[in-house]
Amino acid sequence: MENSYDVIVLGGGAAGLTAGIYLSRAKVKTLILNEGMVGGQMVLTYEIANYPGIELTSGYQLSMTMKKQAESFGCDIKQNINISEVDLSGEIKKVVVGEKTYTSKAIIIASGGRSRNLGVQGEGTFKGRGISYCATCDGDFYTGQDIIVVGGGNSALEEAVSLTKYAKSVTIIHQFDHFQAFEHAIEVAKANEKISFIMKSSIDGFYGDEKVKYVNIKNLETEEVYKKEIDGVFIFIGYAANSDKFKNQVAINNYGEIISDNNMSTNTKGVFVAGDVREKKIRQITTAVSDGAIAAVNTIEYIQK
Amino acid sequence: MLMTNLEHVETAAQHKEIIENNENVMICAGRMGPMCVPVYAAMEELKEEYPNIKFMDMEFDSPEAHVIRNAPECAGFMGLPFTMYYKNGKVVKATTSIQMKDQIKSILDENLL
Repeated sequence: MENSYDVIVLGGGAAGLTAGIYLSRAKVKTLILNEGMVGGQMVLTYEIANYPGIELTSGYQLSMTMKKQAESFGCDIKQNINISEVDLSGEIKKVVVGEKTYTSKAIIIASGGRSRNLGVQGEGTFKGRGISYCATCDGDFYTGQDIIVVGGGNSALEEAVSLTKYAKSVTIIHQFDHFQAFEHAIEVAKANEKISFIMKSSIDGFYGDEKVKYVNIKNLETEEVYKKEIDGVFIFIGYAANSDKFKNQVAINNYGEIISDNNMSTNTKGVFVAGDVREKKIRQITTAVSDGAIAAVNTIEYIQK
Repeated sequence: MLMTNLEHVETAAQHKEIIENNENVMICAGRMGPMCVPVYAAMEELKEEYPNIKFMDMEFDSPEAHVIRNAPECAGFMGLPFTMYYKNGKVVKATTSIQMKDQIKSILDENLL
């Protein structure tokens, strides 16, 4: 049957594409469904220097190579689609996309994560008009200007340092009194003369006309809110797991991450998980690839029983 | 050069010729970065769905792209890509930064059909 597969992989990032490669190469009829562009968070990375075996590449190039590999083994891939319903309950799993229902004997959830928004007033209005989520893309628009970086992890601190190539000043605003980044990243940021810090604070709203003119900053300890004039804000506050579609169908922890064992099995029969949506400590392309391969091998064993 | 499967606008003169000789045109001016690539990918898929619209891209950093960079509709834009929608040679919509396929479709349906 046209819409019937052995395995459906929900997500076409590093984990999903790797699962697709392993499954298809093993002659398992496989479909990858991806709601955005294939590549997932890899596409958000301009330069990748630590993927073993490849000295330097872009996230886009690596994504396209993985996609091409999966397709070369016969994997079907559909991207930019909307998944309206997922039913993991029966022996045969069902995924509804528009008017089509795809079925499979097993599912690998590789839905990854999405950038967190602050969710405050003006954030949608000023996207691209003083609010950015990509330093490499938009840094040069802020040459000689005063900018804010929101966040406290590796991305926030590393991107703040890279933005000092362009900006006159960079103010890092973070909700906690300490950073979550690696010690080296913190040291480099603190040693940079252009960077200052506002801790235990967050942005309460964005204001301006055709672009951002000022923000309101809230001290989370005293609850004082004050205005700060600014030319631009870069937001790097981490990722949220894309697990909403699977609530009440698989075990999920308090952070929205899907719980699995070392074989990538969830608590639901015939459902496996791989990549950043999974409960895990280290989120890198390499660990996503590993998850994808392990999930694929165990899924093959499952469907052949 | 942009590594997409879209036709490329190379010069300002070509840009003028395209928007004057095609009723409905969408041009995405960007680089090959994470905010731009998803827009090109969406456009590549929309080509078949909207045969009456011409989908093209343009290198943002090309000196010839001043026709988009300096367009009055792009005042205040500080995020790549700059995406322009033309109807009968006039700008009917301009957006900054990444747009998802659904958002692009809404703009096309509202302005270029």
